[in-house]
Amino acid sequence: MSSDSLRGLLGRPVTMRTDGGSAAFMRKVWAVAAKDVRAELRAKEVASTMIVFGLLAVVIFGLAFDLRVPKSSMVVPGILWVIVLFAGVLGLHRSFGAEVDRDTLAGLLLAPVEPSAIYFGKLASNLLYLFLLELFVLPVMLVMFDTNLFQFHILLGLSLGTLGYAEVGTFFAALTANSRARESMLPVLLLPVMVPVFMAGVSLTAGILDGRPVSGLVSWLVILAVFDTIFFVAAYWIVDLIWDGI
Amino acid sequence: MATTTSLQSKRSDPWYGPLLTLDVLAGLAMVVAIWAGLLFAKDATNLAGDEQIAQRIFYFHMGCNITATLGFLLSVIGSVGYLVRRTLVWDRIAQTGVEVGTLFAFGIMITGSIWAKPTWNTYWTWDPRLTTATITILIYLAYMLFRNGMDNRHTRARFASIYALFAFISVPFTYYSARIFRSIHPIVFDGANADAQGSFSIGPSMGQTLIITITCFTILFLALFFHRWRQLSLEARIEDLKEELYQ
Amino acid sequence: MASENGSAETIVRVHNVAQRYGRKPVLRDVSFQVNAGEVAALLGANGAGKTTLLRILAGLDNPERGEVWLGNVPLAAAGHEIRRYVGLVSHRPLVYDNLNGLENLRFFARMYDLVEPEPRIEAVLTAMDLWRRRYDPVRTYSRGMIQRLAIGRSILHDPPVLLLDEPDTGLDQESVAVLTDLIAQLRQGGRAVLVTTHNWERAERWADRVYHLVDGTIEDGDEVLKQR
Repeated sequence: MSSDSLRGLLGRPVTMRTDGGSAAFMRKVWAVAAKDVRAELRAKEVASTMIVFGLLAVVIFGLAFDLRVPKSSMVVPGILWVIVLFAGVLGLHRSFGAEVDRDTLAGLLLAPVEPSAIYFGKLASNLLYLFLLELFVLPVMLVMFDTNLFQFHILLGLSLGTLGYAEVGTFFAALTANSRARESMLPVLLLPVMVPVFMAGVSLTAGILDGRPVSGLVSWLVILAVFDTIFFVAAYWIVDLIWDGI
Repeated sequence: MATTTSLQSKRSDPWYGPLLTLDVLAGLAMVVAIWAGLLFAKDATNLAGDEQIAQRIFYFHMGCNITATLGFLLSVIGSVGYLVRRTLVWDRIAQTGVEVGTLFAFGIMITGSIWAKPTWNTYWTWDPRLTTATITILIYLAYMLFRNGMDNRHTRARFASIYALFAFISVPFTYYSARIFRSIHPIVFDGANADAQGSFSIGPSMGQTLIITITCFTILFLALFFHRWRQLSLEARIEDLKEELYQ
Repeated sequence: MASENGSAETIVRVHNVAQRYGRKPVLRDVSFQVNAGEVAALLGANGAGKTTLLRILAGLDNPERGEVWLGNVPLAAAGHEIRRYVGLVSHRPLVYDNLNGLENLRFFARMYDLVEPEPRIEAVLTAMDLWRRRYDPVRTYSRGMIQRLAIGRSILHDPPVLLLDEPDTGLDQESVAVLTDLIAQLRQGGRAVLVTTHNWERAERWADRVYHLVDGTIEDGDEVLKQR
């Protein structure tokens, strides 16, 4: 620190935009997400762990079911969704866990920002990590199980399911961040609530792989879309209550 | 000396008498329920052999079903109540609802499995109602674990209430997802499920028995609920007194 | 100094605040105030509740009882916008160690909606003597550098209220001298500064008033009004 430069520091007035509004809200959502991704690029703590775990799980499942099932497309839907859920939970708890460990969550909450903006920023970065995980897992599954999952309706269902998972997962990560044993608490809380997404995702994927007509599978897409919408709204309404004077 | 003090505390506790009466009533209610389910109700005429005998478990199954639902409804009411009012009375209602409700939900599972073996020839199937009930139990076990991991009473109440709300929203989704799967669970009061196996229609004595057992189980539920709720209230009172002593 | 212009405006007012951790009361009954252009020091042993009090003032904790006013706004009723007016230096640095110093301040500038953040960030980093290390990740910084970045973070949005929780932690003699200078400048600029320390000597040097937090209370007799 140097005394000379201090002099100028307080002389110049600092202006803050206080008009607020949705533009300011979105800027902060974006700032939180960009900050998370930037830190992740440096530290490679979250996404890389998820991806490596996901690939490992593909191999383990491949070994487990090899020669035991007549057609691998029979188990592929279940394997895909189990990997997304289990690899996902690995990264989700870090999103708020890292902030609580270093107490930077307090730094975030000190800023004039709605809690929901912090939540949506984290949601965006978690969503990115989950899609990245799927981007690595799908081709490897194509090779290992000789099953092409790159079909429009499978990918649509996967995207909707991932969105719902990231919504609830990010929310519960915030909820468990301060409790003891949050690493084990998060999956215990999260997985039973994700059962509808899991069932819909597995059934949809299996239906498409079996070559059933899409018209009979639309209800699964509807369930996923309604799930996403309702939990999006619920999280937006309730997230303020989480950090209500921690 | 010790007996006098305990006697005195019994006398000074205004709830001692009513609770004892409720306990006795609950015990009698269970005797009545067993009598009604096993002796009073007539045999189901469209069933035979083991299936006919197993059908009688339905009365207890329904008793557990109604009370478990009651517990979970109270937990949601308690959770919303806490988030709106921020007083721990509501939180205790939510916690008691979950705990007692989970107990009866296990009752549903056990009676259902025993009935399903002779009727469906399997203890377990991924029927929508079974799936939903199982997932609900898992959610509320998670709820209890989650509570356990937090020390501050108000933080615990707030976070548990938020989780209960989220979990409650997810239950219908679980039900509808599972329902699109094939269902073999008999829908006794609807009769619309053509694929159902082991159905039976409700005769006059069956209907009466059902009303009796459900009433009896509700009395048991009330007794358990009241005891647990009071226990939690007393625990909270002890906490308050300890805090005052520290002051 | 504040009394130069007659009546000083009260910026921070704490009234009968009580707080406990679990069963243990940390603050029993705390009342005091800090005026504009005034530096108040909060003295107390470790565990006396200084940090708890500062977290309440920063809006991170709700007190169990009592009221806090910032200006004429009760903190309990204020929305998150009130946080623009407070800067906090905490025990933990509140910066991201995987980002560099520049990225950290840029991020917080966005969170505080700073207009034209770059010159301000440069001024703050230069004043904190971190400008040359601005592209290095914070995890490569020394303890003193991290503390300076934390101080820079707290004054980035130039808040009228500054809460400094043992800001001299990890600073070398030279940096402490500059911190002393900074505190003096903040006073001159009309900011209200509340600084905690367990160092009597520094409290005397920095502050216009010294409050002594003992056993969760500030008693009237503990307030030392200094003659300047």
